[in-house]
This record gives sequence, structure tokens and C-alpha cells, in this order.
Amino acid sequence: MNTQETGAEPGNVLEVKDLTKTFHVSAGAAGTRELRALDGINLTVRKGETLGLVGESGCGKSTLARTLMMLEQPDAGTVRFEGQDPFGLRGRELLKWRRRVQMVFQDPFASLNARMSAGQIISEPFATHKDLYKGAAAKARRLNELLELVGMRSSDAAKSPQEFSGGQRQRIGIARALALDPDLIILDEPVSALDLSVQAQVLNLLNDLQRELGVSYIFISHDLSVVRHVTDRVAVMYLGRIIETGTTRDVFDHPLHPYTASLMSASPKLDPAKRPAQRIVLQGELPSPLDPPSGCRFRTRCWKAQAICRTERPAAQTREEAGLVSLGMPDAGPPQFPHQTECHFPIASAAEAGLVPAGN
Amino acid sequence: MMTHLLEPDVVMNDSGQTVLEVRDLDVDIRTPKGTVRVVRGVGFTARRGQTLALLGESGCGKSMTAKAIAGLLDPVASVAGGHAFLDGKDLNTMSARERREVAGPGLGIVFQDALTALNPVYTIGTQLGEAFRIHRGASRKQAKAEAIDLMRRVGIPEPETRVNSYPHQFSGGMRQRILIAMAVALSPRLLIADEPTTALDVTVQAQIMQLLRKLRSEEDMAVVLITHDLSVVAEEADDVCVMYAGNVVEQGSVRTVFAEPTHPYTKGLLESVPGDSVRGQGLSSIPGSPPELNKIPAGCVYQDRCPLVAQICRDERPQLRPTGPRQRAACHFAERVGQETVSQTGVVSVEEENQ
Repeated sequence: MNTQETGAEPGNVLEVKDLTKTFHVSAGAAGTRELRALDGINLTVRKGETLGLVGESGCGKSTLARTLMMLEQPDAGTVRFEGQDPFGLRGRELLKWRRRVQMVFQDPFASLNARMSAGQIISEPFATHKDLYKGAAAKARRLNELLELVGMRSSDAAKSPQEFSGGQRQRIGIARALALDPDLIILDEPVSALDLSVQAQVLNLLNDLQRELGVSYIFISHDLSVVRHVTDRVAVMYLGRIIETGTTRDVFDHPLHPYTASLMSASPKLDPAKRPAQRIVLQGELPSPLDPPSGCRFRTRCWKAQAICRTERPAAQTREEAGLVSLGMPDAGPPQFPHQTECHFPIASAAEAGLVPAGN
Repeated sequence: MMTHLLEPDVVMNDSGQTVLEVRDLDVDIRTPKGTVRVVRGVGFTARRGQTLALLGESGCGKSMTAKAIAGLLDPVASVAGGHAFLDGKDLNTMSARERREVAGPGLGIVFQDALTALNPVYTIGTQLGEAFRIHRGASRKQAKAEAIDLMRRVGIPEPETRVNSYPHQFSGGMRQRILIAMAVALSPRLLIADEPTTALDVTVQAQIMQLLRKLRSEEDMAVVLITHDLSVVAEEADDVCVMYAGNVVEQGSVRTVFAEPTHPYTKGLLESVPGDSVRGQGLSSIPGSPPELNKIPAGCVYQDRCPLVAQICRDERPQLRPTGPRQRAACHFAERVGQETVSQTGVVSVEEENQ
């Protein structure tokens, strides 16, 4: 691990601090207006863990993913990848860095080139990263290894994408992402285009690969039941900010932010016994990111909002700092993964979160 | 004919009245490689004030079934047999003119993709008012007033000004509300909602479902909800038809079908939902993928993915038969599906521990 540079906590693959990204949107004769897609994002991803990224469309999830892939240049803030700032890298160093972060895209029907065979798609990265696998034999060996990793046959390499079903196509996308042996894979809605029965196969595959290879994932999804199943920790985004983070269990079972609570409460439940008696259904829609509300960004849809929410942006505070019962073990000190939120009036109980089942 | 097996229970258990009865519906698609049957012998009943869900994965024929009922099939597809009775009148034997008179006001449909379903060059007011102009002979002014009224009912803010806006000026959730408004404009007896919330965020999805529930009780409509989302079915529907490769493989009340599935496919689907399972634990999944519609095997349609498959499944296609009160399944081994649940999950967990 490259730890010559300072600031890297061991075990962290990725550290993002105060990341800000502004787009300039044309506003007719008035010139341009600023759209702040990311407004001070802080997050860390540890080695071998899965971080879930949850939020409504337009909240900045995809901009964050694109910035981490270095497809967008941030205005401010730092990205540290094992202590290294990828935005300071050039030439060969940059190429070397690029192989360590890969991405799997949402739509396996649109993201694979129909004129290439599965084998060509998976081994295309070797053409850019020439020094990795030298010679045709080594490349072919690696290709077979990758196909086997994702549960496909070596004979599948000669087929073109349209000969495969959606689930098989997504396996090709995953194999391509794995080709350069990355440390971090950004999964952008990897199963939302797949049917339920196939979705489970792909989620199991992702789990197995992580166990086998120790790769870290950032898992972007709007399907909360999937996020709950595959992630260790979750970050909830709203209008360009992360408004709550914590372990998946803490965030799902004891949400602190009213927005998180409403997401959990409103999502449909298969099991009638888990259906909330008092469901929180947010009214209205996500405000335009061109004109975000002052103070707390969620206040326009929040049922707990008061005067202070309009004037003052809430600072991040942990569950303990908010004066709520700690979820950590009494003797083990503060929990290893703090449960944080940006809210003046965090949710204190399951009843307030609209999560008490009707049966109770 | 098969639907009649359900009838006695229906009469006893339900105060609801039948609005739509579909019987033995077949739909064919003509392709360059020959005719393919994409819907085979589908039958179900939708009742007043209740929701029936057509549940299945993409390509299972659920949307085709809905389009056949609504008379909106693509020119390459055609109804090859069967009946769809709307209030006792068979839509499939009507002339086009009769169908317009009966189904125009009597049947509303909400499509999945709200942006492509709306005409980009007409204002919302024009599109919403069209139904009143055609079916009620309303003047432009009256139609606009009705449109504003509809927009208010489906919860679109400032309807008086927004009635002159174009579809692209609305958000996804608002467009879906407009489509719903259009479908309920003439107070239909039956509302077909084809994946109405699939493209929407959780919070908006909850709002749309709330709206559909409200309209259903206000209008006392029958709702046919087409979806692939089991949780939505569990929360919104009274009855469910599980479809696979063009066939109904299991149907009945949601409560019984989801609690005690009697078809291996239903059971497999239910077990694939991540639910509250612990992180890292394997999800049970159905191996393989659905058959292509031109290569549906003789015998049971589910045989290639079924854990219970036996010789009889390859030789003989199982017919829907009663497997419980208000529940029917097309499986030779329906009685074993419930028991198999226990032993199978047992095996899976042992494998997980060994890994």
C-alpha cells in the first residue's frame, strides 16, 4: 500500500473531504447560473467494505460517482485514494491510478458495444494498460480467469452481447470492471435493470467476488431493500449533501434524519408484519438544485422544521452528540462507525420515524 | 372456463362486483421467424373497488395482456382467442366503433413512461380535455375547466396556470399524475396501470400509490396493476396473477399466495427479495433465465428452472387447479411446494457456512 503521503488512515481506500462541484447552467440572456451538484461531501470507504449511496434522482449521486472516477473536475475539496490525490497525477502515474477505480454501469443493454464480442469487451482495458498482461497467452489466460470469476464459460467470450440475457450482460460488465484488478468498484444501479430472479444472482456474485478479492464497492441504488442487503455502511444524499451516514443497520433501523426516516417508512414492504402503522409520505418534490432552500435544505419538505432550520445550516452531529441513546455497546466506548446526521432536530424514536409496524 | 372454478368462493367471500372478466385470452405476435404465442389462456377477474395485480418479469406477457384488453396491441400482435368482458360486454368481439363507445369512457389506462406517453407539442390542458371533447361533446372552454378540475383532483399545484404548460415543464412525478388524471377523466369502471411507478423515486412512488388508492375508492373502480415489484403487490393489491412465459402460473388473493405459494416460481420470486436478510448472506435466487417465447418447452413452462422438476413436467403441461381457498396454481407438485420450502432453505444455509 502506498502510504508515503500523509493523512491516510490505514484501512481506508478512499477519503473524500469537502468535495464541491458546481456546474454552470445557461439561463438565457441572464448569463449562467450556478448549480451546485456537490456541496461539501465527506466520506470514507474502507478496504473490502461496501458503502451504499442512497438518494432521489437529482441529489448528486451520479456526479459524485463521476467525480470519483475523475470524469469531472471538482471545484474544491480533496479526494485521497490511499493517501494519494488522483487529481494531482499526470501521465503514467495517472494511468496506473485509473486501473484501481472501475465502474459498473446501470443499463447492461446500453453499456456494452454490440459490435464487439464479450471477450473483446472484457479484455479491452489491456490495450490501454499495456504493461499489465504481456503477450496474447497471458491476456487469454486472464480473460478465462475473469469469465470464470463471474460464472461464465470460456466459450462465451466469442459471443456478442446481444446473445446474452440481461443478467449475463451485467456479468460481462462486472468482468470488464474486474479486468485490471481494481481496489474500488463504483456500482451505479447495477441491478435496477434486471428482473428480480436474476437480480439475486448478480447480487450474490458481487458478494462472492468481494469476499474472494477483497475489493471495495460504492453501491449506488434507489432500491432500499437491495442496499440493506449488500452494504456495510450507508450515506444518504439530499441536494448535494450527505445528510446521514452510519452502519447500514443503524441507518435503516434507527434513522436520525427526517428525510432518511421518510425513505425507510415510505418504501413498500413485502412482509405485512413490517408495514408501518403510521407511514410518512413526503409531500412535494425535490427543490431545484439551482435554487436550494436556505439553512437546512430539507426544511421545505420537513414536518419538524422550525425557524432555526431556515436560518442556520445544521452541522453534522453524532447520535451521542445529539443527546440520543447510543447504539454502541456500553463498555466498548464509542461505536467504531459513528452514526452522523445533519439535522437540528434528529429523530429520537422508531415511532417518530414512522417505522413501528402495524402489528405492534 | 377455468375462471369458473373460482366463482363459488367469489360469490361467498366478496361483496365486490365483477367489472372485468378475462377468459382464455390468447395473443399472438407475427415475427419473421413465424407466429409466437405470447399470452396463453390467461384468465382473471377484476372487481369493483379492488386491485388485481398482474405480476411477472419482463417478457412474461403481463403488458401484452393489458394491451389486448385495452385494444392497444401493436399491429404485429393480435388477439388469437378468448374473451374480455367489461361489464358483461365482450370487448374482443366488438367492432372498433362499439369498442370506442364502451371502452373509451369505461376503461382508463396509465402507461409506464409518462414522458413518451404524453404528446410534447400540445399543452396539458388540451390533452386532458380531449376526452371530454370527444366523449361528452364539451366546448373548448368546458373542456379546459374540466382539465383544471382533474389536475386539482390528482394534486397538481396551481392548476389554473399550469393547464397551459407543456409536458416537458413537469417533473416525472407530476407527469405521472397527469397521465392518471387522463385515465380517470371519464370516471372509468376499470383502470389499468402499467408499471405506474417503476421510473420514480421512493417518495414519489409512495405519493402516486396514495393517489391511485384515493381515486379507486372515490370512483369505486376496479384497478388492474401491472408490476414486477412484489412489495408493491403485497401492499396495494387484493388479488394477484403471477405470470411466467405468457401463462398464469398461480393466482389467488395476495394474502394467501404470498404467505403460502403453491407454485415453485412464486416461491422462488418471494425468496429472491432481499428483505431483511443479513449482509453477506447469500440470497436465494432462481437459476437460469426465462425461456425465449419462441422456444417455450412442451410440458410445464417453468421446467428448466424448477427444483421439483420430474418427467411428468416435461411431458404434460399442468393446468391451473385449486390449491387452497381462493388460490390456484399450474403445477403438478403444488402440494409439495409448501413443504419443499423448509428443506431447501436448510440446504442453502449449510452451503453458505461451508464457504
